Amino acid sequence: MNIGFTLNGQRVQVDAAADDSLYAVLRALNMTSVKCGCETTNCGLCTVHLDGKAVLSCAVPAPRAAGRSVVTLEGLQEEAHALGGCLADEGAEQCGFCAPGLMMNVLALAKENPRATDEEIDAYLAGNLCRCSGYMSQRRAIRRYLDAVAAGMAGEVRT
Amino acid sequence: MSEGRRVPRAVGAPVRKKDAEALVTGKPVYTEDIAPRDCLCVKLLRSPHAHAMITSIDVSRARALPGVACVLTWEDVPDRRFTLAGQTYPEFSPYDRLILDRHLRCVGDPVAIIAAQTERQAKAAMRLIRVTYEILPAVLDPEQAMDNGTILHPEEDWRALVPDCGADNRRNLVAHGMEADGDVEAELAKSDIVIDRVYTTRANQQCMMETFRAFTQMDNYGRLKVVTSTQIPFHVRRIVATALDIPKSRVRVVKPRIGGGFGAKQTAVCEIYPAIVTLKTGLPAMLVYTREEAMTISSPRHAMIMHVRLGAMKDGTIRAIDLHTLSNSGAYGEHGPTTVGLSGHKSIPLYTHRMKAFRFAWDVVYTNTMSAGAYRGYGATQGLYAVESAVNELAHALHMDPIALRERSMVREGEVMPAYYGETATSCAMDRCLARARQMIGWDEKYPAYTLPNGHVRGLGMALAMQGSGIAGVDTGAVSIRLGDEGVYNMAIGATDMGTGCDTILAQIAAQSLECPVENITVHGVDTDISPYDSGSYASSTTYITGMAVVKTCAQLREKIIRVGAKLLGCAPEDVLFEGDHVRRAEGEGSVTLAEIAHAGMTAGVEDLSACVAHGSKTSPPPFMAGCVEVDLDPMTGEVKVADYVGVVDCGTVINPNLARIQIEGGLMQGIGMALMENPQMDARGRTVTNSLMQYRIPSRMDARQVRVAFEPSYEPSGPYGAKSIGECVINTPAPAITDAVYNACGVRIRDLPVTAEKLLLHPDFCPAQRRPGERED
Amino acid sequence: MATYQNYIVAQSLEEAWTLNQKKSAVIVAGNMWLRMCGLRKQTAIDLSALGLDRIEETEDAFVIGAMTTLRQLETDAALDGAFGGAFAHALAPIVGTQFRNGATIGGSVYSRFGFSDVSALLLALDASVVLAHRGPVPLSQYQQEAWDRDVIAQIRVPKGRRAHVESVRLNATDFPVLVCAASLGEDGLRLVMGARPARAMIVADGLPESAGMETFEALSRSLPLGSNLRGSEAYRRKIAPALMLRAANGACGRD
Repeated sequence: MNIGFTLNGQRVQVDAAADDSLYAVLRALNMTSVKCGCETTNCGLCTVHLDGKAVLSCAVPAPRAAGRSVVTLEGLQEEAHALGGCLADEGAEQCGFCAPGLMMNVLALAKENPRATDEEIDAYLAGNLCRCSGYMSQRRAIRRYLDAVAAGMAGEVRT
Repeated sequence: MSEGRRVPRAVGAPVRKKDAEALVTGKPVYTEDIAPRDCLCVKLLRSPHAHAMITSIDVSRARALPGVACVLTWEDVPDRRFTLAGQTYPEFSPYDRLILDRHLRCVGDPVAIIAAQTERQAKAAMRLIRVTYEILPAVLDPEQAMDNGTILHPEEDWRALVPDCGADNRRNLVAHGMEADGDVEAELAKSDIVIDRVYTTRANQQCMMETFRAFTQMDNYGRLKVVTSTQIPFHVRRIVATALDIPKSRVRVVKPRIGGGFGAKQTAVCEIYPAIVTLKTGLPAMLVYTREEAMTISSPRHAMIMHVRLGAMKDGTIRAIDLHTLSNSGAYGEHGPTTVGLSGHKSIPLYTHRMKAFRFAWDVVYTNTMSAGAYRGYGATQGLYAVESAVNELAHALHMDPIALRERSMVREGEVMPAYYGETATSCAMDRCLARARQMIGWDEKYPAYTLPNGHVRGLGMALAMQGSGIAGVDTGAVSIRLGDEGVYNMAIGATDMGTGCDTILAQIAAQSLECPVENITVHGVDTDISPYDSGSYASSTTYITGMAVVKTCAQLREKIIRVGAKLLGCAPEDVLFEGDHVRRAEGEGSVTLAEIAHAGMTAGVEDLSACVAHGSKTSPPPFMAGCVEVDLDPMTGEVKVADYVGVVDCGTVINPNLARIQIEGGLMQGIGMALMENPQMDARGRTVTNSLMQYRIPSRMDARQVRVAFEPSYEPSGPYGAKSIGECVINTPAPAITDAVYNACGVRIRDLPVTAEKLLLHPDFCPAQRRPGERED
Repeated sequence: MATYQNYIVAQSLEEAWTLNQKKSAVIVAGNMWLRMCGLRKQTAIDLSALGLDRIEETEDAFVIGAMTTLRQLETDAALDGAFGGAFAHALAPIVGTQFRNGATIGGSVYSRFGFSDVSALLLALDASVVLAHRGPVPLSQYQQEAWDRDVIAQIRVPKGRRAHVESVRLNATDFPVLVCAASLGEDGLRLVMGARPARAMIVADGLPESAGMETFEALSRSLPLGSNLRGSEAYRRKIAPALMLRAANGACGRD
């Protein structure tokens, strides 16, 4: 079936099977930041924004994206540089495979609750698994990013 | 170097990873991201039975399906056995596999390889394959495996390349052996107290976020190119060539960025399947393991049953340790003979200080379960759980503080460790690690347990750990560095960065040696056609072994740069100084920039400004670590959470504090998972039921919210700038520390991991402590 | 993975109902579980164009559209005020934010999964299920029924009870080993146990607010419990009174 939606601000039309997931469609569109780590909605690697909300693209039926706005990390490069810089300064990206999904959820958090406490950060991101980092460095990095966002200096956190 | 000149310090700097930018902006850097669009999709039909013989297999309907490129069965593969273990040849792991075998030895063993243009077509074809099986009795219990009437590998061409390891397929034995120093029975008899216990660990999964995957294609020169997410590109080349029965020179392996390994990818789990498809069809092919495959038919930790006898005197002096390890290698022998060794070699030496005798014996058996492999810690994790738990139990039996007990008996710098190949602890800050951890956790105020106002009980526990740094006398790392235009260096390594940041760490070592900024060193991923040989990134070897190769290579390259610089300055090499971005006369005026030297090196064949040096080490100096934990126990439900974990590490010189810290934090979290929640389980028919991240629970960020780390560096003279390893040692303390903290909190001793709320609450000894902080029994 | 040939976005509830009368059809709600169940169907029916993603407050109840996500329930201020934060507390441990942005209340209720924290809470709150053809059916009844072909339009949650949910999990974000939802109304205290591991059930109703450990232990002894990968019957029975106590304390506003 033909599905039209907005991807990172651009109108796209794709031909997909009725039972394709949004994840499969995005990979086919070369959105390589979107990863799959579990197939059981547990890992958070496939997180994208659907109409501004962080969702698991592996569980979104592709046809449900019709007429809606999908944003991947490819479409948020400015934020990726700022938040990614904080992660890199801690070495928190490690293998990097879970980073895009994590970052998409952090960016959703930053919009929803920019003054999140450490506890709220952990709770919001609980569905983003990472096997490398042990999470502490991610929390340090996200803390620094949110503080910069709150201070209106997100663009300057890169060191 | 001249006085007052500041040399940039690259070693010890918390620099960002070289490829951080690409990773955090989601660039296509991983295997699947860079695969050709027209790759065939490869799927494997897998055995539903733990032990069976294929009596017939009909693939005609599957082959006839549109889009299907090939369907291969045991009749289509070379009749030549090999191992998937990524180890230096001749491998200790027996040659006991075929790409496809009529004889199926575990649930998930591959029955057929299907390749089609799309995943849907491949799956449809798979459903059309008709197989009949003769079901054989299965050996699922490792304690029943040895000399069982059912033999897993009766085949005539089964082969152990290193017969010394005691392998005997007729007895279901992958390895068997014993070593000792002194008369352990006599010393146990002379001991005031003997702790005699059995501890059990499970086949934990590495759970790297990127599962196993590889794509293959024929290149323009008729060679097979394998692009794979691996820790062992050079071993993969040999394994694929051996399995396919083609010359190694026809295989080229490329390692792009990889999404985690933790040892899982030290086994060539997936590469042979797309490789044979490409060889048969000439077409590019890709296999991406599903998470279910990664959880059920991969390369997890060896489950071990360890019997410890520990003899001590009333004052806590440890006199003798006797350890027997029974290791379950599963259906195949990958890493079986080697992992078991570490269960003793990385645990017993901790108590070298006053030890009179030790004995370490082992059996490694085949069973009809998923083949085990390498997982961070590689046997040491299991052995340290057993030995450190026994030492903690000794402390309780003697009413001693476990830290005081360690202080009496633990290894000190300069001591010879008979249980560690007789090596000397040339660098060891274990004593400082322990003192620091004790202070950070607030041990003296809190030990052994105390009750919170909400009724929860806090228990304290601790453990020590060690590991090695590379495999002594075996591991090899070579590095080549070339001076390029503009005075920037190209460094080629064969070591594989798996997220650990070794590309960056090795660049830091090079920058230190060449007195330049880290940015001036470019590093490239591994390509076996181009990169210098490296045995691979495992056994905690990269920083220590390959790092030293960097130091040696840089020294050689400096000599060459000095020679060319001196020539350009018209003087003798002895009369000039290398100062990073230039070479100048030691006396008087005259200087030439590195860029000018580089340019000269590219003109009229003045001199090849590159160097390549290999390094190996005769020793494997252990990193040391102390871990202290405070657990929180809910007395009404038995639930245990880590409230605070403190890890203090001696990894020698810390090359990059950020990356080293995350090795510790990440390793501790994996250890916490192993101790408290990761619980691989199998049903009565041998099927792994913990087959997803939904059923196999790894820690989320809500499970242990405080992990704190610190360094107490020693200086290892044989390492690059004094460095040792860090990656594996850090997973070893949580299991013994947490089980003892739990014991202190509720009186239940868990000797079979993991600790679960159910095991505690239903245990007759369950009795939550009612104490004030620091209040002790005696 | 679930497979189907057609994906139809229903334009009316009646259309959805008609399509769903065929055995070869399936309704796609949040698609969290459906995608994993291996179903092979002809037609998938999507309810997302029917405006069923809203929480409406009436004088005596909340009417929650079937396609309302768990995250909406968790963050809705009116729900939060009316039930003492029970929804946020009960739903927060479920997998992760993104999951709860997808999973729907209708999907949870229809599936009648034993592990559902949502069902336990809704049972404690006397919720009813509003079906396209049958109309309102008490959840306590619906919960016992086999999967049918009617379509859930809304869930109706009457006001008037305060609730609190407690659970034990092997680790954060996992399924519960056992759930207890307690609610307090004019008729007293109600206790619902979920993840037994079978479907949630009301185990006591009209208990005095002062009910204590003795009562909870007695209730636990006769509670129908079973074993699964996450825990044995014996363990569930042992922790049941503690969860009842804590849930009751929460519902009664005690610490």
